[in-house]
Amino acid sequence: MNRRSFLLGAGATLSLPIIDARAQGTQITGAGASFPNPIYQKWAEAARAAVGVQLNYQSVGSGAGINQIRNRTVDFGATDAPLTAQQLQEGNLLQFPTVMGSIVPIINVPGIEDEQLKLTGEVLADIFLGKITRWNDQRIVALNAGVNLPAQAIAPVYRADGSGTTFVFTSYLSATSAEWKDKVGAATSVRWPVGNGARGNEGVAGGVRNTRGGIGYVENAYATANRLVTTQLRNKAGNFVKPKMENFVAAATNADWSVPGFAASIIDQAGANSWPIVSPTFILLPTNPQDPARSAHVRRFFDWAFTSGDDLARELEYIPLPAATKTAIRAAWRTQFGA
Amino acid sequence: MRRGGSLGDTIFEWACRGAGVFVLLLLGAIIVELFIAGLPAFQAFGLGFLISTDWDPVQEVFGAGVSVYGTVVTAVLAIVLAVPLAFGVAFYLTELAPAWLRRPVGTAVELLAAVPSIIYGMWGFFVIAPAFAANLQPWIIDNIGELPLIGIFFQGAPFGTGIFMAAFILAIMILPFIAATMRDVFEQVPPVYKESAYGLGATTWEVMKGVVIPYTRSSVVGGIMLGLGRALGETMAVTFVIGNANRISASLFGPGNTIASLVALEFGESETGSLKLASLLALGFILFVLSFVVLAASRYMLRSRLKA
Repeated sequence: MNRRSFLLGAGATLSLPIIDARAQGTQITGAGASFPNPIYQKWAEAARAAVGVQLNYQSVGSGAGINQIRNRTVDFGATDAPLTAQQLQEGNLLQFPTVMGSIVPIINVPGIEDEQLKLTGEVLADIFLGKITRWNDQRIVALNAGVNLPAQAIAPVYRADGSGTTFVFTSYLSATSAEWKDKVGAATSVRWPVGNGARGNEGVAGGVRNTRGGIGYVENAYATANRLVTTQLRNKAGNFVKPKMENFVAAATNADWSVPGFAASIIDQAGANSWPIVSPTFILLPTNPQDPARSAHVRRFFDWAFTSGDDLARELEYIPLPAATKTAIRAAWRTQFGA
Repeated sequence: MRRGGSLGDTIFEWACRGAGVFVLLLLGAIIVELFIAGLPAFQAFGLGFLISTDWDPVQEVFGAGVSVYGTVVTAVLAIVLAVPLAFGVAFYLTELAPAWLRRPVGTAVELLAAVPSIIYGMWGFFVIAPAFAANLQPWIIDNIGELPLIGIFFQGAPFGTGIFMAAFILAIMILPFIAATMRDVFEQVPPVYKESAYGLGATTWEVMKGVVIPYTRSSVVGGIMLGLGRALGETMAVTFVIGNANRISASLFGPGNTIASLVALEFGESETGSLKLASLLALGFILFVLSFVVLAASRYMLRSRLKA
C-alpha cells in the first residue's frame, strides 16, 4: 500500500507536464573535470526548469573529458587545465571558462589556528621539495613573528589521483619557485619529491587531519565545508592575504582574459588583495558540431548560467566570472557560430 | 528417441564448447589488446620500462619499477601476515572449537569476504591508519627502527599509511579466502586417519603436522595462491592506504604504489594517444603477466611436491 502510493507519487513528479515536454530533444551531454562538477549539477537542476535544457554531466576527469570531446561522444568537454591555441585548432574546439575556484593550503600543527599561519610560495615549494622539514624552521619562524611553532616534523600530503587541483597548485609553486619549476614542474600529476599521496580532496584532508605536522592543499569549497585549518599566503604585491571570497574575486578581476582560448593565468596575480592560487575551469565546444542544434543548447545553457547562475556558484564557494569576461565569451560565440 | 537425444547432445556439446572457447578468446583478446595499447610505452622506453623507477608525467618519462615493486612487496607481505592467521582460524574451527561455535565463527570469516573493498579502504584510512600512526608506529620507529640490519625497514615519519598498512589491509581482505579453503579441506580429511593417529598417542599438533597438512597440502597452497592473486590485483583498498608515492623506500612504513592503484589514480587524466595512457596500459599488461606467472609457478611447485 505504502509502496504503491510512493510509486504513484514518484510517477506524478516525473511526469510534470512542463518539464517533460521541454526536456524532449533538449538533452545535452558533457564530460570532464570533476572540480566544477558540483556547480554544473546545480546549474543543470536549475536550468532544466528555467530554460528547458537537460544537462547530463559526467565527472570523469579533465583528461577523459578531452578524449571524449575529441571523439565527439559528448556535446562538450570540460577541463581544468586549458588547451593551447594549437591544440584547440587541431581539435576544432572553442574554449571558454565557466567559473573559477581557489585552492588553499591546509595544515595540522598543534596550537595553530585557522588563517593564522603565514606562508609564501617559496616556503610552500621548499616544504614540498623536502628542503624545509620542521615547523620551527627559521624561514617559517621569520614569517610568523610571535607565533609559537613546535619542533614538529612536516608531513606533506598531496593529491595522488591526477587532478586539476594538483595542476593549479603545482602551477603556483612553479610560478613562485624556480627550483620547483626546474625539478618538478606543473601537471595534473607530478613526481613529488617527498610526502604521502591521498585520493581526492577528502583523502588529502583526512591525511592532514590524521598526521600531526601535516600540510596539504584542497579546493577552498572543501576546506570551508569541513572547517579545515587554512593558512595565509603572501601575494605578488607582498601582502599576506587570507583565503576569503573577496580576495579570490580580487584576483579574478585583475586577470588578463584577452588571451587565446580565454586561458587567463590567474596564478600569483597582481593586486593588493589578490589570493595567489585562483584558477578558472574550461568548457570545450566543437566548432564543427555534428548537430548544430545541440551545440546551440549548450550555449543556451551556459548563457543562462552566466546570467542567473552566479548566486548558486557563490553558495558552493565558486567564484563567478567578471561581467566583462562573460561579455567577451558571448562575443566569441557569436563570431564562431553566428547569432 | 535416440535421434532426438543425439541432437540434444550435439547442441549441448557445441554450446559448452562455445562457452569454453569464448572464455579463451576473451582472455586472449584482453592480453593482445593490452599489449598493443601499451606498445608505444615499450617502444619508447624499451625493456628498461620494467625496472625504471621514474614516473614523471611532466617530463613524460615513465617506468614500471616502483609499482611492480609495490605490487609484489605488498602482496607477499600480505600473504606472510595472512597465512598464519588463516591457518589458526581454520585449525581452530576444525579441531578445537566447540561444535556450537563453529558455524557462527565460520560464517563470520566468510562474511569478511563479502565486505566491498572500498569499505576496507575507508576503514583502513580513517580508522586503522590514524590509530596505528598515533599509538603503535612511533614506538616501533623509536625502538625497532634503531636496531642494526632490520631497523632500516621500520624508519620514517609516522604517517600510518604506507606499504605496511597496505599489506595489513590486504592480509585481512584475503584472510577469508585462505581460511575458508583451509577449513574446507581440513574437514575433508577422513576421520579414520586422524583417529588412527590419535589412537597411536599423537597430540593435536602432531595430528595436524603429520596427517592433516600432508593430506591437504596441495589444496592449502591453492588457497594461498588464490589469496595472492587477489592481493596482486586489489585496487581500491590499497589506493586508500598505500601513500601513493612513486618512489621506492627501504622502510616498510614509507609510501609506495601498486600497479592497480597507479592505473586507477592516473587513468582519468590521461589523454588518448598520450605516452602516459600507453604506459598505464603497459602496466596493465605487466600485471596480467604477473598474475599468470604466479598461477603457473604455483602449479609447477605443486606438481613437484606431489611427486615427492
